[in-house]
Amino acid sequence: MLNEEKLREICHLAARLRRDIILMVGVGQTGHIGGSCSSADIVAALYGYKMKHDPKNPKWDGRDRFLMSKAHSAIVQYAALAESGYFPASELLTLKKLGSILQGHPEYHRTPGIEATSGSLGQGLSISNGMALAMRLDKRSSRVFCILGDGELAEGQVWEAAMFAPAKKVDNLVAIVDNNGIQATGAVKDRMDSGPLPEKWRAFRWHVIEIDGNDVQAVVAALDEAETIKGQPTAIIAHTVKGKGISFAENKVAFHNGAMTQEQYDLALKETNAAIAKFAPAPTTKAN
Amino acid sequence: MATYTNPRPAYGETLVELGKVDQRIVALDADLCKSTMSVLFQDAFPDRYFEMGIAEANMMSTAAGLALGGKIAFASSFAVFATGRAYDQIRQSISIAKLNVKICGSSCGLSDYSDGATHQSIEDVAIMRAIPNMTVLTPLDATEVRLVVRAAAAIQGPVYMRVNRNPVLDLLDKDATFELGKYRIMREGGDVLLLAHGVMVEKSLAAAALLEKDGISAKVVSVTTMKPFNYQGALELALGMKGVVTAEEHTFMGGLAAAMAFALRRSSVPMDYVAVDDSFGQSAFKTEELQVAYGLTAENIAGKARNLVKETSQ
Repeated sequence: MLNEEKLREICHLAARLRRDIILMVGVGQTGHIGGSCSSADIVAALYGYKMKHDPKNPKWDGRDRFLMSKAHSAIVQYAALAESGYFPASELLTLKKLGSILQGHPEYHRTPGIEATSGSLGQGLSISNGMALAMRLDKRSSRVFCILGDGELAEGQVWEAAMFAPAKKVDNLVAIVDNNGIQATGAVKDRMDSGPLPEKWRAFRWHVIEIDGNDVQAVVAALDEAETIKGQPTAIIAHTVKGKGISFAENKVAFHNGAMTQEQYDLALKETNAAIAKFAPAPTTKAN
Repeated sequence: MATYTNPRPAYGETLVELGKVDQRIVALDADLCKSTMSVLFQDAFPDRYFEMGIAEANMMSTAAGLALGGKIAFASSFAVFATGRAYDQIRQSISIAKLNVKICGSSCGLSDYSDGATHQSIEDVAIMRAIPNMTVLTPLDATEVRLVVRAAAAIQGPVYMRVNRNPVLDLLDKDATFELGKYRIMREGGDVLLLAHGVMVEKSLAAAALLEKDGISAKVVSVTTMKPFNYQGALELALGMKGVVTAEEHTFMGGLAAAMAFALRRSSVPMDYVAVDDSFGQSAFKTEELQVAYGLTAENIAGKARNLVKETSQ
């Protein structure tokens, strides 16, 4: 469970992730701001609350794993890794530069804390299944968390993996669908009818939790509930706002992968810094 | 006395041997385990075998996840599905990260003679060779399948191996060894070089016997390591010869013919090839019928070698 202080801490991390996303994308360069910001609260709850992990020992064998299957949103994961201490925050500004540890899509061997190479949509849940099975063979209590995009659900392989996990009773796996409703060229619902998502995943025999994915408290509660579910995998359908927290990017197709003007960049920094200030740690009161 | 052995049980039996001594070995199959013979591993180690259903893409990415979890994952299917249906998963999930996934392409080449073009695999070697970090192995008989499976487990990174569906002539001694990139001299000779992999090694040896009657001495070499291809070694084998003929049950594009042509690109040694030309297979009652229909015969190899010798001698 979450006390007020911890909740504030996760919200503060989410705000920092959004600020880092803006810093990474910068002015005049395209970047996946929309899907990265819609996932930020979930990613903050994972790295800042739920996951067992050790930034000083990224290969610690008792760690939980996080996989961004919708890997174009990797920049929010890069931000979380830097904020957690996997590598210096200064690395974030090298994003996509030749030779950078931060590729346009994440690569396993290049970046501390990145658990798999992903980028071709639809493969992350299958990889997560394999990781979860390996943990089970090794009798570890570790768990795997995988964020999928709602547009990504058009890839048939997602549903192969969705059928496989319940067949093998993979219960150390949590799939989180970032249901922001928008993909690169428009509304998800106009391209593939992937709804109704909770019923679909339930029909595939997953334990389903439906939440507001931009409500940190709801995300935390869902992650806690998932841990109690045995004998079947859990899918969290997280309804989110694409571009959440950046006023001009919210619900805008253009910011699936868009470039900011200087004015937009300045505004986005102002907004994210305001959120950081809002959730800044309360001044400590002396105990005695 | 010539004996023939089906190489598929050799695959499954060697996996079981490996599984006994190495807990990291796991196996996956997509509803073809009774054909690829990974079923032997399932019987021996049910906890470490994953029957994936008819979903090759999911199988390959799941194998990637198992490898990321420290396992050595052997994923088998028919060669055509393993490399075609799941190409993207092999490239993206497995090969970029150089993961320990070992892909067994069973029923390779035209060996699934009855099932027709959809089930025959004449481009798998080319597809797999094109992927960076991939090792590609083409064993010539059941004994070499055993060697190659063991080698695959020891190699760090992804491996693709071809396994024939039908009994093939036993050409290697039981105590044969395998070394990555090393050519296997099957017969000595000084006039022409016959270079082949898989079932075409047997055809090349038969071609050498035909050539001998014409007074042409053919050296026969088996190629098991199609990637990393030993270009320098291949060139050295060819230098001084009147010609080279490659032979493969595979399209001429991207396989042995292409690799050898590349190896010879700055030499004056002429080369010809026996391979499937740019066409799909079809159904037949026997592999041999297909081999004749597509020109994959000892006579064809010998004929091309004879022509090269004649042209060089003029």
